[in-house]
Amino acid sequence: MHAAWSRASRWLPAAVLLALALLPAVLSPYLMDLTVKILISAIFALSLQLLVGTTGLVSLGHAAFLGIGAYVTVLASPQGEGASLGWLLPAAMAGAAAYALFVGALSLRTRGVYFIMVTLAFAQMAYFVFHDTKLAGGSDGLYLYVRPLLRLGDTTLLDLENKHQVYGLVLASLAFTWGLLALLLRSRFGHALQGIRVNEARMRAVGFRTYGYKLAAFVIAGALAGLAGALLAIQDGVVNPELLSWHESGAVLLMIILGGLGPLRGAIVGAVAFTLLKELFASEGLVGPLAAHWQMTLGFTIIAFVALLPRGIVGLRLRRGSA
Amino acid sequence: MDLATFLVQCLNAVQYGLLLFLVASGLTLIFGIMGVINLAHGSFYMIGAYLAFALAPYFVDQFVLMLLVGTLLAAVFGFVLEWLFFSFLYRREHLQQVLMTYALILVFEESRSLLLGNDVHGVQPPAWLAGSIALGELMSYPVYRLFASAACLAIAALLYLVVNRTRLGMMVRAGASNRDMVRGLGIDIRLLYRGVFAAGVALAALAGMIAAPMSSVYPGMGSSVLIVSFVIVVIGGIGSITGALVASLLVGFVDTFGKVFFAELSGIGIYLLMAVVLVWRPEGLMRRGH
Amino acid sequence: MSVLVQATALSRSFGGLAAVDAVSLDLRLGEVHAVIGTNGAGKSTLVNLLSGELPVTSGRIRFGDDDITGWSQPRRARAGIGRSYQRTTIFDSFSVHENCRLSAQAALQRPWQVWQSAQRCADSRTVAAEALQAAGLGDSADRIAGTLSHGQKRQLEIAMCLATRPRVLLLDEPLAGMGAEETERMLALLQSLKAGHAILLVEHDMDAVFRIADRITVMVNGAVIASDLPQRIREHPQVVLAYLGEAHA
Repeated sequence: MHAAWSRASRWLPAAVLLALALLPAVLSPYLMDLTVKILISAIFALSLQLLVGTTGLVSLGHAAFLGIGAYVTVLASPQGEGASLGWLLPAAMAGAAAYALFVGALSLRTRGVYFIMVTLAFAQMAYFVFHDTKLAGGSDGLYLYVRPLLRLGDTTLLDLENKHQVYGLVLASLAFTWGLLALLLRSRFGHALQGIRVNEARMRAVGFRTYGYKLAAFVIAGALAGLAGALLAIQDGVVNPELLSWHESGAVLLMIILGGLGPLRGAIVGAVAFTLLKELFASEGLVGPLAAHWQMTLGFTIIAFVALLPRGIVGLRLRRGSA
Repeated sequence: MDLATFLVQCLNAVQYGLLLFLVASGLTLIFGIMGVINLAHGSFYMIGAYLAFALAPYFVDQFVLMLLVGTLLAAVFGFVLEWLFFSFLYRREHLQQVLMTYALILVFEESRSLLLGNDVHGVQPPAWLAGSIALGELMSYPVYRLFASAACLAIAALLYLVVNRTRLGMMVRAGASNRDMVRGLGIDIRLLYRGVFAAGVALAALAGMIAAPMSSVYPGMGSSVLIVSFVIVVIGGIGSITGALVASLLVGFVDTFGKVFFAELSGIGIYLLMAVVLVWRPEGLMRRGH
Repeated sequence: MSVLVQATALSRSFGGLAAVDAVSLDLRLGEVHAVIGTNGAGKSTLVNLLSGELPVTSGRIRFGDDDITGWSQPRRARAGIGRSYQRTTIFDSFSVHENCRLSAQAALQRPWQVWQSAQRCADSRTVAAEALQAAGLGDSADRIAGTLSHGQKRQLEIAMCLATRPRVLLLDEPLAGMGAEETERMLALLQSLKAGHAILLVEHDMDAVFRIADRITVMVNGAVIASDLPQRIREHPQVVLAYLGEAHA
């Protein structure tokens, strides 16, 4: 039974991808929007999984990179016409990566609780830059007037004013992120990161310069979060400073705990579960008067969950962990 | 900037710093002694402020009495909270503590929303503390702010004395570094932890009560004070009360004078300060091994 | 015999307390240099100073032609100084093979080659297999490290150290908690390693120490009170007084 499931599960990611690709044909606009939201959250959660689940670095400031990716996308888009996606996406990722380099270089000088607090503080710093200054529209945020496009010569390959094409782009980005992380995890680099999580002292004792590895992971995670942010800006057409708030950082951390720390599918399962839970708790049709106070329901659920299911949903079918 | 303005800003900086110290000292004590990172610590400050708002009508000319009653209520609340919730967190990993206490913030915020609504409220300072005193010919300074500084300073001194000069303080400090020894002395460590936690909650709530007449009472006040407290603990070093005091005053000055000189970007001043400290001394200004 | 590591007047203080006080010693190729002393004598701190985990307060360390006093631990490890820990420091959740393979990877780092699967890297796999074989764990390669017996975990400690192909071995109580049979196996292993390495051995098991050591340094309260051939240490009045008398009582 176990062996059969193993063989089947190798095809699972491809099957899921195919199913997702076909989904827009049957979804209502509302549900398609929700699905895109979930897919973007999945990319965001995957980026944090590299940091927390793989390397063991608990960051409470990851939303900063999401927000920077989103803002760069809007700020770099000209008012009158669509920017070229070919450089806009990399620019958003580069902007997020640059801040990640700064934050990572400093916060990795600390450990444990200090690290958690410092990452939170640096995210708050970025939040203030966007919230208090006029360069980025302040607390009202900014609009993306014309969405970017992808051109090759005279032909428009991707027109992101079209919702279906946005869906396609987001799905492709998720596949890219998943593929990249899967590749990284099975590489020497990925194995070293996991070694750092399990026993950093031993890693240093055998000769790994762990600071460099951790910083690289931090920057890659930041860049991928920036990708999610860029997609969010394209999807919503508007950005505001709350994208960098610690509630966003807390939410994405919750997602990977919910889904399961470590395995990539844990991030995806977590993103799906968390988004659906939030929709459930806030839906008057399902929970009636409690809907207005969905944060409290969410709070109690988290407490119960962390207390009872420390390994997350994925851990329910426990497999032996091995590198 | 003339001397009078400079003096006023210095007084503001000291007052803000001392108020932050009350909150940060609770946070650093709880972390230093019980090893728990508590994201909900800012909520206690918010609870204190809303408590002041709720109690004010019943304590119309008895401001100091209201502060005392409020502090006591907060301490009892902290005692019960530790017993029912926090005591289960001590053995958990930091990540789980982060999530559980984050969930607690959500619960507190919604509870406050249910009980007292989401409006911004003001709390009037008592008559004998309202008004201003003159500083030179052109400036005056609110008496209440002077009272706030004095009160925080008095509490800080009390805290220092208790932690460093009493048997209770010695037990608290010993409990941080050697739990088995403390148990061996026949002291119930669980009761000790409960007491420390209650004190931390009371300090934060008292800070909120004192702050209420100055900064008004609003929903987001817990979050902003929490993150600043984290910055203070990072700068001052975990577990160090002296470090928390030095860092709080530093933060008070950087933030206050930052607002004067760099209006738009003043919010990031304290984070730049933290960045500088991280480059120079990653373990905090007054390192205490933990 | 060539001196690989030369430590001169190493000191390390914590606050006012000198944990290691002006200790000098040499590690020579082909030799086991044992360090013995009562609990709290500073032996583990000395190992940490040599491995680079703790910076020295004063003193110098030379490794070959280099002054490595300021070198970080990873740098020293890559240069050829390996260590094993008193408290088992392995990757519990990984397989035994992966424990060694990852250790071997440290010397063969090419982190930018992300398209290559780590598990298929022939170079680290070969070195790991050799190290496991040398440490006697060849048959347990696929087991999860956390499921090994205590003695096997101590063997894995050594194997991981060997996987980095060091020239110097700093071994902190490798025999801790081992039964008679396991001790014999470990001593045989150390004997076989002597020829190609310089070994520092911190140990409490006096019989083992006297069997295998070529030189013994005795520490009390952070300072060296004697450093000589084993038979002379046995008769050294101060040592007998301070240490051996207690141990054999």
